[in-house]
Amino acid sequence: MQELIRRYGISLSVMMAAMTAFWLLALVVIPNLVLFKFSFRLYLPVDQLGGPNDVYTLKNYVTFFNSPIHINVFFLTILYSSLVTIICLAITYPLAYILAKVLKPTDTATFFLVLLIPLWVSEILRSFAWFIILSMQGPLNAILTGIGLIDKPIRWISGFQSVVIGLVYAYILFMLFPIYNAIQALDTNQIEASQDLGASTWRTHWRVVIPHAKPGIASGCVMVFMLCAGSVVVPTTLASTNSRWFTEIIQQWMFEGLDWNVGSAYAFLLLALCILFVSLVMRVLNVRLVDIAK
Amino acid sequence: MSEDVHLSQICMDFGSFRAVNNVEVTIKPGEFFSFLGPSGCGKTTILRLISGFMEPTQGAVKIGGKDMKGIRPNARPTALIFQNLALFPLMPVWENITFGLEVRGVSKEIRRAKAEELLQLVDLHDSADKRVSQLSGGQKQRVAIARALAVEPKVMLLDEPLSALDLKLRQHMRAELRAIQKRTGVTFIYITHDQGEALAMSDRVGVMSQGVLQQVATPQEIYNNPVNGFVASFVGENNVIAGKVTSVSGGMAQFETAKGSFQAKLGAAVGMGDEAKLFVRPEFCSLRPANEAKVNSIPVEVTEIAFEGNFVNVFVRDQAGDTHMVQVQNDPSVPPPAPHTACQMVFNPESCMILSEAATSRHGH
Ligand SMILES: Nc1ncnc2c1ncn2[C@@H]1O[C@H](COP(=O)(O)OP(=O)(O)O)[C@@H](O)[C@H]1O
Ligand SMILES: [Mg+2]
Repeated sequence: MQELIRRYGISLSVMMAAMTAFWLLALVVIPNLVLFKFSFRLYLPVDQLGGPNDVYTLKNYVTFFNSPIHINVFFLTILYSSLVTIICLAITYPLAYILAKVLKPTDTATFFLVLLIPLWVSEILRSFAWFIILSMQGPLNAILTGIGLIDKPIRWISGFQSVVIGLVYAYILFMLFPIYNAIQALDTNQIEASQDLGASTWRTHWRVVIPHAKPGIASGCVMVFMLCAGSVVVPTTLASTNSRWFTEIIQQWMFEGLDWNVGSAYAFLLLALCILFVSLVMRVLNVRLVDIAK
Repeated sequence: MSEDVHLSQICMDFGSFRAVNNVEVTIKPGEFFSFLGPSGCGKTTILRLISGFMEPTQGAVKIGGKDMKGIRPNARPTALIFQNLALFPLMPVWENITFGLEVRGVSKEIRRAKAEELLQLVDLHDSADKRVSQLSGGQKQRVAIARALAVEPKVMLLDEPLSALDLKLRQHMRAELRAIQKRTGVTFIYITHDQGEALAMSDRVGVMSQGVLQQVATPQEIYNNPVNGFVASFVGENNVIAGKVTSVSGGMAQFETAKGSFQAKLGAAVGMGDEAKLFVRPEFCSLRPANEAKVNSIPVEVTEIAFEGNFVNVFVRDQAGDTHMVQVQNDPSVPPPAPHTACQMVFNPESCMILSEAATSRHGH
């Protein structure tokens, strides 16, 4: 803070601090606290508000645990979010390594620009683009049949297939950047030292590059997983008849059932259970939170 | 145990820039060989060519008679010690040391024992389980050496490994490296820009300038009989006088300059009538009374005296205003002449040389 004041002067520093505080309080903390309070109240007709039935209760949360369908959707959401995370990691790690250590820095800059431009287009448009690409008479099937890889068009938009593809596309850069940064920070001499001592490429990655990149990998995975589990646009745009996402249920409670109380209870359950899941995985993989924050 | 390394006419180009130009040298098995040259002359490039991180544009690297073309670094019988050591910070010391054995599938018990043994060899006890970050500069150095020795390389490549250490430790590690090399019998190829290091440690030294190997010889030979002006002035101090060769007889020549006529040994690449330079080292010069007639003498006046401890540097100026240096042993019974004394700087014809400039290519193109 003193450093900040020294560098930017008192008024600018206070303004920056105030804006950060506003961002955190007004846009994040307070709305969430309000929703958090909602989640412990019942959805009552207006005339009963303040009456004997208007009490704090866990009923909204119990609703979830009494609904096998919702529990099932929750697990599917976790499962497919994990799958998206793993696919993103599998694509991104080699890519990040090539960008950080194989290509010349000038080429890397161009590459990143090309990767970033699609981010300027809104998520809903990008999802819809995939809807078109993946449709039965869409360009993907046309190309695949055209080059003779498949005989008849594949129904891409079925099960969770299209949702997974869409989510991978939507969030892959959130995996790429932290891993790229982590690998870039690795001294190239270490990679060469490993090779010089006789290690194969695979072994060098396993023992030198991946351990070094672990915080980046972990932070990318957490980010992608949380974004997937909380995503609304992609799972609704690219949904098939039998792919339900947990956020869609929350949306149903809130906007179709107009029951904000159960809706927020579900939202907090999703948050809490995802955090629990992520911490479990981190425990198993032996990653600490401080590593991720680096 | 150890192998010879033959660099056969190697060139290395980066785009249109030739970093290594026609280097031809054979390093003998078990030899301590140094490449010595200023920063940017291509030393690291040569090491990377030998270790396999680069392939030469022309020529071949042969180790033990075998052409290394297409053989990747992890399959070459070399071990490289990097300029910044490149220890693995996330592994404890012992895993660092035995990393090369780990990748060869050696069991943990054997590796652990080997690590202890190597730690003894490099005189680093009780550090097996420490983190790399807990070690001092000198200790890291030893771990890097142990890590390279663990894979039992035929050839050890060292890229200015002592440059990050302070003077005292550097001198200590010189002796230590030399001892380890003798004990293990491995061929050491050492690169440095520090002439003291190269002269003190090496069996032979290759002096480089701008990608060209200028001279390969023993340290004594390099110092006493440099083949050209670059080698003479890069290794040790010199007084330099420009002039022309006027007569030649045997290995000696008469050299005509603006400061008078001198007799001197004739360098390799110089002949009758050539414009060249006379090089004479300060410790081979002495000061005599002004009126004494002598061969190879220049009338001078003492300008400054720098006392260095075991010797004294006397700076003198000749009549043309050029400064020369005369180095005399510190002897309280014979003090050096005081400033402003007029005297003669004299030197023996046997201890000065007429040399040309640096070679730009050893093969004349
Ligand atoms: N990968 C490279 N690409 C382009 N130029 C390089 C590369 N490596 C080295 N050079 C150039 O080659 C010359 C010799 O470099 P180097 O072998 O590192 O010198 P030294 O180790 O003697 O200081 C330098 O001018 C350097 O800029
Ligand atoms: Mg270098």
